[in-house]
Amino acid sequence: MEAELNEIRYFLEQYPPFNSLPEEVIAQVSRQVEISYYRKDTPIIHFGDEIHDLYVIRSGEVEVYRRKGELYNRLDTGNLFGQMGLLTNNKVRFPVKAIEDTLVYCIPDDVFQQLYEQHDVFADFVEVADNARLRQAVSNSNNQNDLTTSKVRTLLTREAATIDKNESIQNAAVMMARDNVSSLLVIDPTVLEDEDDNSPLMGIITDRDLCTRVLAEGIDPSCDVGSVVTTEVISLDHNAYVYEAMLIMLRYNVHHLPIFKGSNPIGIIEATDIVRYESQSSLLIVSSIFQQQSLEELALIASQVKDSFVRLVHEDANSHMVGSAMSVIGRSFKQRILELAEEKYGPPPVPYCFLALGSMGRDEQLVVTDQDNAIILDETFNKALHDDYFANLAKFVCDGLNQCGYTYCTGDIMATNPTWRMTRKEWEACFADWIDDPNPKALLNASIFFDLDGVYGKLKWAEQLNGFIVRRARKNNRFLACLARNALNRTPPLGFFKDFVMEKDGRHNNSINLKSRGTAPLADLIRVHALAVGSRARNSFERLDDIIDASILPKGRAQDLRDAMEFISMVRIRHQALDVEEGIEADNNIEPENLSDFERRNLKDAFQILSNGQNFLKFRYQANNQFK
Amino acid sequence: MLKKLLSPPTIDWQGKFQQKLKVITHKVLRDYYATPLPLGNTPIGEVEFLAMDFETTGLNPDKDDIISIGTVPFNLQRIFINRAQSWTVRPREKLAEESVIIHGITHTDILDAPDLSAIFEQVLQEMAGKIIVVHCHQIERQFFETALMARINKGIEFPVVDTMALESSIQRQQYGGVWNRLKGTKPQSIRLGSSRHRYGLPAYSPHHALTDAIATAELLQAQIAHHYKATSAIDNFWQ
Repeated sequence: MEAELNEIRYFLEQYPPFNSLPEEVIAQVSRQVEISYYRKDTPIIHFGDEIHDLYVIRSGEVEVYRRKGELYNRLDTGNLFGQMGLLTNNKVRFPVKAIEDTLVYCIPDDVFQQLYEQHDVFADFVEVADNARLRQAVSNSNNQNDLTTSKVRTLLTREAATIDKNESIQNAAVMMARDNVSSLLVIDPTVLEDEDDNSPLMGIITDRDLCTRVLAEGIDPSCDVGSVVTTEVISLDHNAYVYEAMLIMLRYNVHHLPIFKGSNPIGIIEATDIVRYESQSSLLIVSSIFQQQSLEELALIASQVKDSFVRLVHEDANSHMVGSAMSVIGRSFKQRILELAEEKYGPPPVPYCFLALGSMGRDEQLVVTDQDNAIILDETFNKALHDDYFANLAKFVCDGLNQCGYTYCTGDIMATNPTWRMTRKEWEACFADWIDDPNPKALLNASIFFDLDGVYGKLKWAEQLNGFIVRRARKNNRFLACLARNALNRTPPLGFFKDFVMEKDGRHNNSINLKSRGTAPLADLIRVHALAVGSRARNSFERLDDIIDASILPKGRAQDLRDAMEFISMVRIRHQALDVEEGIEADNNIEPENLSDFERRNLKDAFQILSNGQNFLKFRYQANNQFK
Repeated sequence: MLKKLLSPPTIDWQGKFQQKLKVITHKVLRDYYATPLPLGNTPIGEVEFLAMDFETTGLNPDKDDIISIGTVPFNLQRIFINRAQSWTVRPREKLAEESVIIHGITHTDILDAPDLSAIFEQVLQEMAGKIIVVHCHQIERQFFETALMARINKGIEFPVVDTMALESSIQRQQYGGVWNRLKGTKPQSIRLGSSRHRYGLPAYSPHHALTDAIATAELLQAQIAHHYKATSAIDNFWQ
């Protein structure tokens, strides 16, 4: 008579991966198990021994070790071990010891192999490599995301309407009305396409231009359309993703984006096309920021930023999109506040460039953020004459940002600090000093200066300073070694156990700061590699692209870092969005009881990648080494 | 040593089975007694056990009868669920309402079930050559004896390791003696669930023959792991 084994079956049904298997399969598995009891402090499997079962913990707790005896994981009821050995050569790779009296269900090898072959969910779960599982987790969530998987060309519904530059403005308006479009590409037929990037495309004219440049300026509609055209056209390749189009529109605050295939414009997408894909909130916030006339009004708008953040998260935006969108919004606040400052204190006595540093510089800003900023001044700056102006301007901006939710920088890295208002030459000298004569202490708080981006004023200066830094840092081993050493200061935890964060020495904590223990050390690590390969990118994902191209890391490692960055960022983002929705102050701390099994598993994998990456950094960047 | 001398002499199960073979003629019983048992000095780590549990209509072997039997073979390393067995049998007397509530076995389950006489051969085949493990041996021994007497007019004897008796002696060692009496420390419950709890074993829903058999097998593994050596001879344990 077939034995009824409800106790085992009901137990397995509760835990992954069994909970995703069909009922009859679980029943069949439960009839095949063997049970074994281990007293507290006795080994269960030894390194190198043969292994022929998958172990499921029925009750108790065990610890998993690396070969050298280093703690790798701690597991309890419902967790599995032994799968690595079963999937490789039936040799135990990670020894396991009971740390409490423990009862295990042993699922024989042949049953395990059968489940592995017949059930993808099971195979996925027990897959050998941690990083493979993480990659899968990242790509699964990307697959569900329209914004990141749809190309801009799918939004094009008609060819771009064009007009000869010698036609009248009136005719352009007639054409827009007739074709029901809000923009036209303006063609100069006398220019032929050639290898020097010359193109007959002269520029773009939009319905808004007809208002602001023609009617408002009182220009005669019979004039050539070529006289009012915008020649600096912001455009995009047809292979770009919809979210890139959105980010470009946000960043440049434009509403029409010509799409090119090679050098030919194949259409124009409008902000309204994207609205279908993305709640308009981030687009609308940016444009409304520029319409506000006072700090008080801006502070009101700032309260909507969190809602737009939550909406982006709900729309399955990836971390790059969320980070970029929030950075663009932050940048817009800065720009508008600077405009207001210049209205109040008058035009600047000498040209300047206002800089964003750190997460905003990297396009990785989220909702919980402080302000890190600085000013580059023109060489003609005269402290006695001009410093009061910039001190006032900086105070106005930093106070304004604080009012809008971007809290003051506790390290005083702000333009209000006279140290961080320097001329172009002084900035170069400052960076040259950091790079040529590196000392870990001085560099400890300086790392965010290496993520700088121009926000307002002479943006070109920021680009030039960035170029200076990259050229100088690239070949400087002592500097890179020093930066690498600082990048090891913050380490990830080992993983999770019950409702605790488990540290590498076995200690438990109640919560983890995903920024300081995850994304920040990852950004630090990526910055070192990026500077070593001379990358001028600031965003961690873009830096990783450059690192991959330079192939300085063993195959696949940079991709692993990208997955780790994406996953940790997304957990951090999702939990902040939850906090916002529940009306509590969002922070970077996560309590393990609020993590899903899926998040726990993949976070652990991501921490492991970060930890491996840090070990590699230590080994690669040594002050006396020649880097290849 | 004193303890050893005072405790009852261990039973010579090998000799007992030889004696039975000389007088028994019933084919099924002969087959059972003819299967060799492990010798008394065999280390328990090498013994093959069979955990067994009966569910009955009540507690009086003369009036009540067996309604289900669960068995699972095991050794000190593993409990072999893939060789577990369970049988439902029809008792001679009508099933009382209260035992329905306890076992979850209903009248209709019983109606289609065979009489014990149809399946006891299978049960004995499972038992043959193995040392039986039960929690509270009186139930299984007396009920099996009475049930067989009623059907084939012959009883049965078999070597048993009783996890309840074992737990009782463990409790006596830990909490017995004058000192503990003075301290007011009392031996704790030796019922299956309570005993299991002390070894960190999970709570199972009780009164299901096979589940209880598995629970008993797990308990013996735990008791040996905590209080005995796998090298001790089986004749220290069987009775």
